[in-house]
Amino acid sequence: MRDVAIIGVKTTRFGEMWGRSFRDIIVEAGVGALEDSGVSGDDIGSMFVGNMSGGQFVEQEHIGALIADYSGLSEGFHVPSTRVEAACASGGLALRQGISAVASGQDDIVVAAGVEKMTDVSSGSASTALAAAADREWEGMMGATFPALYAMIARMHMHRYGTTSEQLAQVAVKNHHNGAMNPIAQYRTPITVETVLNSIMVADPLHIFDCSPITDGAAAVILAPADIAHEYTDTPIYIRGSGQASDTLALHDRRDITTLDATVFAARRAFDMAGMTVDDIDLVEVHDCFTIAEICAIEDIGFAAKGEGGKLTEEGETAIGGKIPVNTSGGLKSCGHPVGATGIKQVVEITHQLRGEAGKRQVDGAEVGMAHNVGGSGATAVVHILSRER
Amino acid sequence: MSVARSWRHQVQRYNLIGTSCNSCGKYFYPPRTMCPGCRRDGEIVSYKFKGTGEIVTYTVIHTAAEGFEHQTPYVLGIVKLDEGPSLTSQIIVDPTDIYMGMRVRPVFRKLGDSGEKGIICYGTKFVPE
Ligand SMILES: [Zn+2]
Repeated sequence: MRDVAIIGVKTTRFGEMWGRSFRDIIVEAGVGALEDSGVSGDDIGSMFVGNMSGGQFVEQEHIGALIADYSGLSEGFHVPSTRVEAACASGGLALRQGISAVASGQDDIVVAAGVEKMTDVSSGSASTALAAAADREWEGMMGATFPALYAMIARMHMHRYGTTSEQLAQVAVKNHHNGAMNPIAQYRTPITVETVLNSIMVADPLHIFDCSPITDGAAAVILAPADIAHEYTDTPIYIRGSGQASDTLALHDRRDITTLDATVFAARRAFDMAGMTVDDIDLVEVHDCFTIAEICAIEDIGFAAKGEGGKLTEEGETAIGGKIPVNTSGGLKSCGHPVGATGIKQVVEITHQLRGEAGKRQVDGAEVGMAHNVGGSGATAVVHILSRER
Repeated sequence: MSVARSWRHQVQRYNLIGTSCNSCGKYFYPPRTMCPGCRRDGEIVSYKFKGTGEIVTYTVIHTAAEGFEHQTPYVLGIVKLDEGPSLTSQIIVDPTDIYMGMRVRPVFRKLGDSGEKGIICYGTKFVPE
């Protein structure tokens, strides 16, 4: 297998973009990433695009072909383009498919992208579309919502480990603080613990400020074999580890309600591939679709012992300048969560950090970063480890 | 939900009928046709659960799923049945009275409907034992 590098990245603005269409934003991300890499469209061997639910959000399937078409890549070489779906982990999984295509020698230059256009439907319809990431027959039909599933995880975490609503709120406060420094973020307003605790209850104990928003956005990265990456850029970022794992679709079937075993296994596989441990990671983007999800993620990857994630957050160790900066982009919470694009956006943020171009959010001396992307309530997890060193 | 899709699982939803595996003795609700432990060596048969169990975790939903808006606030919980498996269900209880470990028993209730002219889905909810 060949080593793989990222040679170009781009994320569109995240937010409610009523004036812009699904195809507008994905083309912007793709073209931006190509410009960043200096690659010409003629060099592209294949494309992989993460998208959870074009069918429900914009009544459009056949996303791969649409994107090739509107990127001007369905004439001439007729670039193969594949849509990848794993609910909110679609983006991370598209990257993993792209890496496989380059590593195996099938293609040299590969685009891995993600896109979701969620605000063309009402927020009720958007929630229904998102609920399809859980078990429609045995969770959704009972009246479960996504906040409700994570609320049940939070309730158990609080009961077993003494995690508090204040600690959950501190995740949101920290991520809004970071997002305020990110020009592409949906919410660029700092908040306080009181903002969170005084906001309306969605599913007890989760308030609306514990939840990530509904967002439009797209992101793309350009992959190349590590051996030729320097032909395109002075600062290639190398893929050192890639791991993926599955778990039961429904939360009620899990071995342990407070542990995402898919995260545990995906992280372990990525660490094994990289020959690294948690101590090697300088910063991480985790899948904070809800505040409790960030706490579970930092525990399940191994940055904190089980039950200690709330405490680590409270002590400021997950802030920029702390022991392990988490979600410098603002995370899903503040940067926004266009589900299919999120996994790619995380990798774009890590790339900016490792190149040293993250501006006010910059983590000093960042050499190795991690991205952690989850589908549903934890039925799919994808973890990538990126490094400045090959 | 379409008529066929609702009708298909009527018996299981109405009567808490799941499956069990004769090879390893595990019980499954919601029903599974493949035992995750034995896979092709398993022998799956139908099984009617006693229905009693306890609350593992729960939430009080204030922002409802589509079709459940008129029910807010409603309590959703994970119930661990006495035979072993867990399921997700609404719990009919005052939100201030529920607690983890509470014993519950099943009742037959309307789950939801698909609008004015759509079908009404029935199934099992739980109440304090
Ligand atoms: Zn068995």
